[in-house]
Amino acid sequence: MTADQADTHCPYCALQCGTRLSRQDGAVRVEPSDFSVNRGGLCHKGWTAPALLDTPDRLRHPLLRGPDGRHTPVAWDTALDRVAERLRRIRAEHGPDAVAVFGGGGLTNEKAYLLGKFARIALGTSQIDYNGRFCMSSAAAAGNAAFGVDRGLPFPVTDLADADTVLLAGANVAETMPPLLRHLERASLIVIDPRRTRTAELAALHLQPAPGTDLALALGLLHVAVTEGWCDRSYVAARTSGFDEAWQRALGWWPERVERVTGVPAEDQRAAVRMLTEARRAYVLTGRGVEQHSKGADTAAAFINLALALGLPGRPGSGYGCLTGQGNGQGGREHGQKADQLPGYRSITDPAARTHVARVWGVDPAELPGPGRSAYRLLDALGRPDGPRALLVFGSNPVVSVPDAGRIGERLAALDLLVVADFVPSETARLADVVLPVSQWAEEEGTLTSLEGRVLRRRRLLDPPAGVRGDLAVIQGLATRLGQPAARFPTAPHEVFDELGRASGGGPADYSGISYERLDAGEALYWPCPARPADQAAHPGTPRLFLDRFAHPDGRARFAAVDHRDVAEPATADYPLTATTGRVLAHYQSGAQTRRVAELLAAVPEVYAEMHPDTAAAAGLADGQTAVVRSRRGRMRARVKVVHTMRPDTVFLPFHFPGAGRANLITNPALDPRSEMPEFKACAVRIGPEDSEG
Amino acid sequence: MGIVIVGGGPAAHRLVNALRRSGYGGRLTVLGAERHPAYHRPLLGSVLAGQLPPEALTLPPAEAELRTGTTVTSVDREHRTVHTGDGASHPYETLVLATGARPRWPRLGGPAPDGEPAAAPPVPVTVLRTLDDCRDLRAALGGPAAAPRSVAVVGAGVLGVETAMTLRESGHHVTLVHRAPHPMDRRLDATAGDLLAERLRQLGVRLLLGRTATGYGPGHLRLDGDERLPADHVVLCAGTVPRTGLARRAGLAVRTGVVVDGHLRTSDPRIHAIGDCAEQDDVVAGTVTTAWEQADTLAALLTGARPGTPARPPRSVLRLRTRAVELAVFGPPQPPAGGGPTETVTFQDRSGARYARLVLSGGRLRAGVLLGLPRAAAALAQLYDRDAPLPSDRLSLLLGVAPMTGEPADLPEDSLVCDCNNVSRAGLRQAWQDGARDLYALVAATRATTGCGGCADDVRAWCAQATAGTAARPGDAALCAPAVPSTLGGVK
Repeated sequence: MTADQADTHCPYCALQCGTRLSRQDGAVRVEPSDFSVNRGGLCHKGWTAPALLDTPDRLRHPLLRGPDGRHTPVAWDTALDRVAERLRRIRAEHGPDAVAVFGGGGLTNEKAYLLGKFARIALGTSQIDYNGRFCMSSAAAAGNAAFGVDRGLPFPVTDLADADTVLLAGANVAETMPPLLRHLERASLIVIDPRRTRTAELAALHLQPAPGTDLALALGLLHVAVTEGWCDRSYVAARTSGFDEAWQRALGWWPERVERVTGVPAEDQRAAVRMLTEARRAYVLTGRGVEQHSKGADTAAAFINLALALGLPGRPGSGYGCLTGQGNGQGGREHGQKADQLPGYRSITDPAARTHVARVWGVDPAELPGPGRSAYRLLDALGRPDGPRALLVFGSNPVVSVPDAGRIGERLAALDLLVVADFVPSETARLADVVLPVSQWAEEEGTLTSLEGRVLRRRRLLDPPAGVRGDLAVIQGLATRLGQPAARFPTAPHEVFDELGRASGGGPADYSGISYERLDAGEALYWPCPARPADQAAHPGTPRLFLDRFAHPDGRARFAAVDHRDVAEPATADYPLTATTGRVLAHYQSGAQTRRVAELLAAVPEVYAEMHPDTAAAAGLADGQTAVVRSRRGRMRARVKVVHTMRPDTVFLPFHFPGAGRANLITNPALDPRSEMPEFKACAVRIGPEDSEG
Repeated sequence: MGIVIVGGGPAAHRLVNALRRSGYGGRLTVLGAERHPAYHRPLLGSVLAGQLPPEALTLPPAEAELRTGTTVTSVDREHRTVHTGDGASHPYETLVLATGARPRWPRLGGPAPDGEPAAAPPVPVTVLRTLDDCRDLRAALGGPAAAPRSVAVVGAGVLGVETAMTLRESGHHVTLVHRAPHPMDRRLDATAGDLLAERLRQLGVRLLLGRTATGYGPGHLRLDGDERLPADHVVLCAGTVPRTGLARRAGLAVRTGVVVDGHLRTSDPRIHAIGDCAEQDDVVAGTVTTAWEQADTLAALLTGARPGTPARPPRSVLRLRTRAVELAVFGPPQPPAGGGPTETVTFQDRSGARYARLVLSGGRLRAGVLLGLPRAAAALAQLYDRDAPLPSDRLSLLLGVAPMTGEPADLPEDSLVCDCNNVSRAGLRQAWQDGARDLYALVAATRATTGCGGCADDVRAWCAQATAGTAARPGDAALCAPAVPSTLGGVK
C-alpha cells in the first residue's frame, strides 16, 4: 500500500534536505520541500536520487556464492537458513565473538537499534561497530568530554543564519552539503582547509595549514585569544572548568611558532580570532578535515577550547558544533551500533545502563556482552586466530571506505563467512558468500536524526521490488533462526521506534517522548525528548542544548588539556608528499550509490589527484595523465588534475572510486587513541607516471 | 641515581616530559636555580606588555623531583655526584646540563666581575632574561595608567628591537642605542636593516645608531662623545652568554658553550648538555625551539627509542615577535659556502616597506630575509624547514597569492555557473535553445541556483544578457527581472 506522493528526506548526507516524492507517468519525481534546513534547495545528488530506485543492477534476489565462486540467485529461506546454520556452527566452534557485525551511518534509527540488539542478544557478540567510527567518532569523543553529551549541532541549523562570523574548520560544505550555505549568507566565513576549496573561495579569510597541523593552529588561536585579551573571563569562570591546564598547553603555541608549523601567517591567525571576537554572534564548526586524524579527538577538543575561551557554547546565537557527515550519522551513533554503546547513547560498561536496556530487551544484564573492537580493529582482526570468522555487513562498503583497503580486502577474504545486506552490488557485496537484497530509502518507513539532533521521518512512496526485503525483516529472519522469539525483533518500523524510545529513556539521547504520531503531525522534535506521564503535556524536545547548563554533573563545560603532535606518517625523502582524501559534490561516501546515477558519474567520472603544477612537473606528470600514487601500504592510480592553489606539498584524492582508483589503498590506519578514528587525512606518498618503477 | 638535570627552564621541562613519554620510569631530579618552576620564556614579552600576568607563563608540572632555588656548585665526575649550594648532593647515572644562558652585562661604568655590575649604578638598570626581570621592569615603569617614562634600551638585536617596540606600545619614550649602523646587523643586510630602522622611527622609537653606551650617570646614560641621554630607566639587551661555569669547573670541554657531539654528549659521555648552554657544530643556537628539539632527541637517545640517531643541526628561522613589523630571517647571515651554485631572488618596494632577499641553491632556500611579506614568511618557513624546493613562480610566493602561470581558467562555455548542480554556461545555452526563455524555465530545466543558491545573481545576469542578445520582444527582459521562483527563496 503506497501513496502517490510522500514527504521525506534526501537519502544522502546529514543535512537531510526535505523532499517531496511523487509518481508521474510511472517515474518517481523529486522536488525540494520548504523544510527548514534546505528551504527549497537541493544539490545535484538530491535531484537525481530517484535514479537509484531503478538502477539496472539493483539486487533483486538473495545470492549465494557457489563452489565455482559465482553468485547464484536463491530463495530467501535458502539464504537465511544457510547464514543461520553457518553462524550457529561458527559460534559453537569458536564462541560468540567469532561472529561480527558491521553497520552504517546511513541506516535508519530503527535499523541501527535492531542491529545492535541482534548482535548483543541473538548473536551474543561484543564484536559490532560501524562506519560512523570513520566519520563522527573524534568529534563525539571531544564533545562528550567537553559538554557531557554529543549532539552534532546543539542548536538548529537555522540559527546559523543570524551569525556574524562562522569558523569552518576542515569542512567543505559547499561540496558536501551545499544547501547549508543558504544559512551562511550573512556570516563572514573563516575557512580552515589545506586546499582552496569552493567553500574557501567564499571565505572572508582562508587559513591554509599543512595537512595534519590543525591542532597546532587551534592551539595558536586559543593562544591569541588569551594574549590579546579576547578571552571571555567571566564566562570561563562561571561556566567552565579546566582552563588553566588547557592554557598551559596553548602557552607554547605563540603565533609565530604556529606559523612555522602550519604555514598559516601569524597575522591571519590574529585576524581570525579578531573576527570571532568582534562578532556579536559567532560559531565554531568542525568537520572531517580536522577530525579524521590520529589526533582528531584532541583537535576537535582544541577547537572546542577556542569556542569556550570566547564564551560561545551555550550562548543564544553562538556556539560550537560539528557537521555530521552521513545521513543518519547522528542517530546511528546513539542506538547501539557502536562497540562500546547501548541505545540512548549509553555506555555498555555502565551497570545502570546495562540493567535498563536488559530490562527493555527482557534479558539478564549479565547476558549482555561488554565492549568490542572499534571499526578498524574489528576489520583488521577478521579471519585471524583470535578474530571473528564471520561478518555481517549492513549499509556499508568497507572495501572502498576503510583505510589500508588492500589489507582489509585480505581480511575479508580470510573469513569463513561474509554476509552483505545492500540494495546494489557494492564492491563489498561482490565478495560476499551471501548477499541479501534490501529495500532503500523511498521504499521504507523509519526515522533518521539529522546533524542538528532533530528526528525526521523517512516515508515510503514505493513498495520494494519483488524479492527484496526490509533490513528489519532480514534481522528478524536471522534472529528467529538463531532461536530468538519473533516478537523480540519486530519488523514494523514504528514498533521498533517505540521500543527504541523506551530503551533510550533516561539516557543522554532520550527519544522516549517522540512518536511517529508526533512527527507525522509536523512537530519539530530534537532530542533529548523524554516521555512524560499521560496527565502532563508532552515534552517539547530540546532544540538548543546548554543554554542553562552543560550536561556534566557540575553543569560546567570542560576545557581539554591537549597539545600538538605530528602526523603518524610525516613526509620523508622516499615519500615526500602528503596525501589527503575527501569528497566531491557529485558523489557520496564509497560511491556505491552515486556512481550508479548517470548524471553524477558524468559530472565526475573517475578518480583524480589534485596537485600543484610544480608538484606535477617535478614528478614528470602533466594535467590529464595517469599518475600512480604510492604509500608504504599500496598504490593507486588517478588522473592528474593540476590546481594552482594547491599547496606544493599536498596531493588531494577523492575517495569515492573503486578498484585501482581507491584512495584508501594508500591511506594510513594509524588510530586516534581516544576515538579510534583512522588518519584518513594525512599519509606520506610519492607520485609518478604510470610506468615508473617502485 | 637516575637522571639529574641541572637547570629548571624550558629545556629541562621538555626533557622530563619527553623522557616520560618515551617510557622512562626511573628517577628524575631537576635542580633549578630560579625560584619559579619552569615557565615559558618566549612569552616574557607578553608579560612586559601587560598582556599576560606572570603566573600565566607557568608550564604544567612535570613528573620529576623538582628543586627550585637550588644552585649546583660542583660536579664530582669520579663519584658521579653533583653538589648543591644548600650542602646536599645528588648522585647520577646520567647528568644533563641545561643551565641556559645569562644576559651579557656590557662593561659600563667600571669592571663587572663575573658578569654582575660591581656597584649599584646611579640610574635603574635592568636586563631582561627572567620572569622576575620582566616583573620588576614593569613594576618600575608603572602599570598602564602610569605616566610615560623615558627608557633607554641598549642593544638593537632581536630582544632590543622587540623590547623597544613593546615599551613604545605601552606609551613610554623609548630610545634605542646601537653600535652598528642599523639594527639587528648580525642578521640583516643594510637594506633590510634600514627598512627596519625606518619602521621603528615610524612607531615613535628614537634610534641612536652607530653609538656606544659608555657609562651611567644620575638620570642618564652616557654615550660616546660624552653625550648624556636622559633616562628614567636603562634596559640592557646586549645578548646572552651560555652558562658554562659549572661545566668548565668540572673539566668538560667548553668553547662558547659546553661542547657536545651529535648525540648531545659532552666530553664526558655520562654528561649531556642541551639548550642555550650547549654548543653543537660550533653553534650555540640559543632559541627555545632548538632547545626543545635537543630535549626530544636526547630523550630518544637516552631511552633507546632512536638509538644512534644523531641530532640534526637545527635550521634557524628568526621571526620577530611583534605585530608592528613582519620580519623573518632564514639561516645564517651568510649562506654556507660550498653548497653549489647559488641564485639570488630579490624584491624591493621601498614605499611599501617590503623587501626580500633569498639565496637559493638547487631551488632550495639557503638563507633569506623577508620584511613586510607575512605570507611569504609563513610559506618559506615550511619550505626551509623541510628543505623543499621553492615554487617556480617566485613572485606569487613572495606576495602570497595564487600563481598566475599556467593555462587560463576553464573556457567560458565549459565553466560552471552552478557548482551544486553542475550547470555550465553551455548548459544554460542549451536549455535556452530548447525553449527555456525565462529564469523560471531555465531553473526548472537545469536546476541551476537550487543548491546553495550562490549563483542566483549570475544566472539572472546570464538570462538578462541572453534575452537582450536575442533582440526579441522588449518584454522578454522583464521576464527575467522579477521576483525569483520559490526554489530561489532566500537567495540574496
